[in-house]
Amino acid sequence: MLQELYQEVIIDHGKSPRNSGVLEKATHEAEGYNPYCGDEVHLTVVVKDGVIVDLKFEGQGCAISQASASMMTEAVKGKNVEEAKAIFKRFHDALMSREDPDYDALDELASLTGVKDYPSRIKCATLAWHCLEDALEGQDA
Amino acid sequence: MIADQFPALNQKVNNRELVYLDSAATTQRPKRVIEAINRFYQQEGANVHRGAHELSRRATDLFEDSRKVLAESINAESREFVFTKGCSEAINLAAYSWGLANLNSGDRVLVSTMEHHSNLVPWQLVAEHAGASVEPIPVTDDVLLDLDALEAQLKKGAKLVAVKHVCNVSGTVNPIKEICLLAHEHDAVVVVDGAQSLAHCAVDVKDLDADFYALAGHKAYGPMGIGGLYVRWSILKDMKPWQGGGGMIRKVSFDGTTFAEPPERFEAGTPNVGGAVGFAEAVRFIQDLGIETIAQEERVLNKFAESELSALGIETIGGDPNKAGILSYNVDAIHPHDFGTICDQFGVAIRAGHHCCMPLMKRLGLAASARASLGVYNSKHDIIVMIEAIKEARKIFG
Repeated sequence: MLQELYQEVIIDHGKSPRNSGVLEKATHEAEGYNPYCGDEVHLTVVVKDGVIVDLKFEGQGCAISQASASMMTEAVKGKNVEEAKAIFKRFHDALMSREDPDYDALDELASLTGVKDYPSRIKCATLAWHCLEDALEGQDA
Repeated sequence: MIADQFPALNQKVNNRELVYLDSAATTQRPKRVIEAINRFYQQEGANVHRGAHELSRRATDLFEDSRKVLAESINAESREFVFTKGCSEAINLAAYSWGLANLNSGDRVLVSTMEHHSNLVPWQLVAEHAGASVEPIPVTDDVLLDLDALEAQLKKGAKLVAVKHVCNVSGTVNPIKEICLLAHEHDAVVVVDGAQSLAHCAVDVKDLDADFYALAGHKAYGPMGIGGLYVRWSILKDMKPWQGGGGMIRKVSFDGTTFAEPPERFEAGTPNVGGAVGFAEAVRFIQDLGIETIAQEERVLNKFAESELSALGIETIGGDPNKAGILSYNVDAIHPHDFGTICDQFGVAIRAGHHCCMPLMKRLGLAASARASLGVYNSKHDIIVMIEAIKEARKIFG
């Protein structure tokens, strides 16, 4: 059970986050914060012609929140904004649904669906995604 | 076994026997407390002070008898003991009644760095209103209050010192008597957050010489939603109401309203009678076991836990040699929330986070920690299961 939650890929992303840092010339940015557990994500994004050409995150928190942020940056980099939103919806629905998710469609994000069985941890897995939503909804910098 | 008296402890969590190590968040309740509350609702269930009937008279007696038991347990008079919905509300009462009337522009309020947000934020809110400032009293790396620094701060002039009796992160038992002596020499009043104390050490407000002492029922084997505030009579008698409503008045008219004497002056609305009855029964439960016996056994278990953790290279926060049974620690670089989830899979209930003490965590350079806190029902076996969870966490996070 615990092995399903803490798969190696999650531990790996948690320990060596991808796309870590701050983009100096971001067009969009947002802060995500969970006051109950203190998880933090700061996201900077460069959007050009409707495409997320680059994004980086900084943060601190549990392995789930940081791994999820790391995987998100890989999942949406190079995608257009609408595609990125669709990926979040697919991921979000997979976490909220009682049914087995479509693992193939989720690709690497499927490794995070173990949190389904730990309701108190779902907000850890979605923090970075909500932060991305906030960033994309914000005005161009 | 004392644990057998606690119905909620007798269950499985994730197919393991529940190991409850979160008593600093809330203690579980013994059957006799739950039964006392039930009895009130089954046999009286009436409002107090106002009804011209038998059930109301009995409810009033139960409520006032509970006040007497609770007041006497901390060596206070009944008229000095105000019922509140908890410890936070008790401190808010002190802040909004005494604080608003007595704090003026330029006054200084000294709050220890280890305070729970509930003994800091009310003072910030009221100080902002009054134009007063709130300053931290430093703590050492061992989470002991820096008394020399406090004395220097008092010499510069301060109206109030806010400090907790027992620290919910480090288990530190603060020298309240010494702090009150110091503060009084410099004409400051002392507000003590006693949320963690009743279940861990003897409380004698007259011996401590505290001016305000706030209590929580649910951290001392009583129900949630009930607490109390002790205020020295010479202060309480002149305090103005902070909430208006039924039960706290003498005469009401549109030309002006006069108020009841304390403690009723501060108890607007229908009180939590069932809660008061349960709280008093919880204090009787503690008295029957003997607080010295409880404290002694807790120290032994705490030492055992610390040595087990130390054997794994894990240090706990706080260096008070007489600390209460509270163990805050981090397992390597594993985030406490991840560790908490792993513990839960072993049926072990711990707390993870900042414990509502963000300034203290910042002082210690930590974002969060895991915390295991002990109650009368805990045994060495519980610690051993927690150690098992630590080993599993290390395996997963390798």
